[in-house]
Amino acid sequence: MTSPTALADRSAVLRCENLHRHLGASEARAHVLRGVSFAARRGEVCAIVGPSGCGKSTLLYQLGLLDRPDGGEIWLDGAALGGADDEARTAARGRHLGFVFQFHYLLLEFSALENVMLPMRKLGRLTPAAMEARARELLAAVGLADKAARPAAHLSGGEQQRVAVARALANEPAVILADEPTGNLDAANSEAVFALLCRLAREHRQAVVMVTHNPELAARCDVTRPMRDGRFV
Amino acid sequence: MLMSLAGIVFGVGFFIVTQAQTGGFEQFFIRTILGTNGALRIEDRLRPTLFAADAAAGVTLGLAPQGGIEDPERVAEAVRQFRNVTGAAVVLLGGAAITGATGSDPLARVFGINLDDQLAVSDLRGQVSRGDLTDFRRAPDGALLGGVLAGRLGLGVGDAFLLDSGGGPRRYRVSAIYETGVNDIDRVRVYLHLREARSLLRRPTGASFLQVGLLDPDRAPADAAQIQAVTGHAVTTWQQREKTWLEVFRALRVSSAITVSTIILVAGLGMFNTLAMLVLEKTREIAILRATGHTRRDIAEIFLWQGALVLVAGTALGCLFGAGATWAVSRLPIRIRGIFSADSFVVEWSPWHYVTAAATATVVVLAASWVPARRAARLEPGEVIRGNAQ
Repeated sequence: MTSPTALADRSAVLRCENLHRHLGASEARAHVLRGVSFAARRGEVCAIVGPSGCGKSTLLYQLGLLDRPDGGEIWLDGAALGGADDEARTAARGRHLGFVFQFHYLLLEFSALENVMLPMRKLGRLTPAAMEARARELLAAVGLADKAARPAAHLSGGEQQRVAVARALANEPAVILADEPTGNLDAANSEAVFALLCRLAREHRQAVVMVTHNPELAARCDVTRPMRDGRFV
Repeated sequence: MLMSLAGIVFGVGFFIVTQAQTGGFEQFFIRTILGTNGALRIEDRLRPTLFAADAAAGVTLGLAPQGGIEDPERVAEAVRQFRNVTGAAVVLLGGAAITGATGSDPLARVFGINLDDQLAVSDLRGQVSRGDLTDFRRAPDGALLGGVLAGRLGLGVGDAFLLDSGGGPRRYRVSAIYETGVNDIDRVRVYLHLREARSLLRRPTGASFLQVGLLDPDRAPADAAQIQAVTGHAVTTWQQREKTWLEVFRALRVSSAITVSTIILVAGLGMFNTLAMLVLEKTREIAILRATGHTRRDIAEIFLWQGALVLVAGTALGCLFGAGATWAVSRLPIRIRGIFSADSFVVEWSPWHYVTAAATATVVVLAASWVPARRAARLEPGEVIRGNAQ
């Protein structure tokens, strides 16, 4: 099921049209996304900005197939997945999407290397030796080659977030979705992580969709999409 | 999780050791009664009998046991042809008053036997504790006395005693003293040669019953039905004779299994609690695994594997503990005299005790792991990351 608009926009690897999402129940129920349409293109870094509660993160989770829309459709790599079953959405996440959140969500009992290998092990596209080689390569790219064997719990906050970036890139996803990826980092680490995301996206022709409150970072992205009250403005 | 593991180990171990004990005493009891009274007892001839007669229903005819065994040797010979039968021994039974050196007993039970036939259907040879059967075989006036009866009458091997069944006292000599371990037998039973018993009891022909030994005693009901049909005599199996005690042992076995299973159940509840807490603590990790392409089944399997590891380790250690405890218990001295006689705990080594314990632990642990695993699998990653997961 591919819409005429989606066919027209062939460079968009991830698209949504007329997305609606309500959150909460009964009197607390809020219409968080009000018919949002969006497209992410390869090699482009897009920032979604706006005040707290405007629906940025909710949109990101919808695009990341982590949540289901109440209305509208989402296409990833040409496949309509808004109403697809859990198995198809999970498989699409593993193959095409990488996530970086404000909190790193590393498995603290595992080493940096094992954390980066986690998505690769699930996808099973590479041999164990190739997985380890790629994970080491990614850790080197984020400046953590010498800390590959260190347990995630023994890394600094900036290092943990860089491991999370390496993990997001593990399966060479078409799209990297980042929710306030520098929100918990100091200025130096914020700059390092942001520069890393931009560089890798351009080098590997990946789309980066980033939710941020930081206007300076947003200004340095290729596209900035401001949101308010559940709509792009 | 360590507490749950310990619970499984002790639960499985205690399950095994209690089953080994109750099973052991049950098997010992069965061996004892098979060794004394045989697997089958063939008694009275079944004769057509008028059971009831009224105008509405008419006459009801049936078969009723009457009159003992008229031609015991012929019946015994027929019974010996059955494939599962190891032997058939003619027994003449009667009551007599016995008088010994220091006392008397008016209620002795005289068993007239052919020694070789009796040895083929009982453990009489192994039950002799003093004297020997060679003397009995040679001496026409020889007798075998139960240990309790001999002790009460002050009789030893070689001592003389009197038996009187109404025809005047007759003198006999103790050839050997036996101990079956069954008190009810050892305090009343006197074995005499069949010829002497016929004379004492004034029954020149016939027999009270035939004692039959079987290769496979568990087939007794089927063999009994066949023998009854062929010989026309009433046949009772050891299971029918000892039904009350066998029921008691079965109830004890089931009761101890249920009681000890509660340990496994409590361990399972502890495990459920631990895993449920783990799911709550690890919601973010579950969410990121789901975000990186892990399916609901992958997530459930993580928790099921944890349960399986505890199950395998707990069951293996529990089986070792159970085997060790069973061995240790079998060495404990304990004096039991009553329905059987034993001087230490009797245990049964059966693989089924281990299989049943493992099966019980498997059911409990899988049930305890399944619910948290299902809960973990149902978590929606978006809700967890947004901070709304319940």
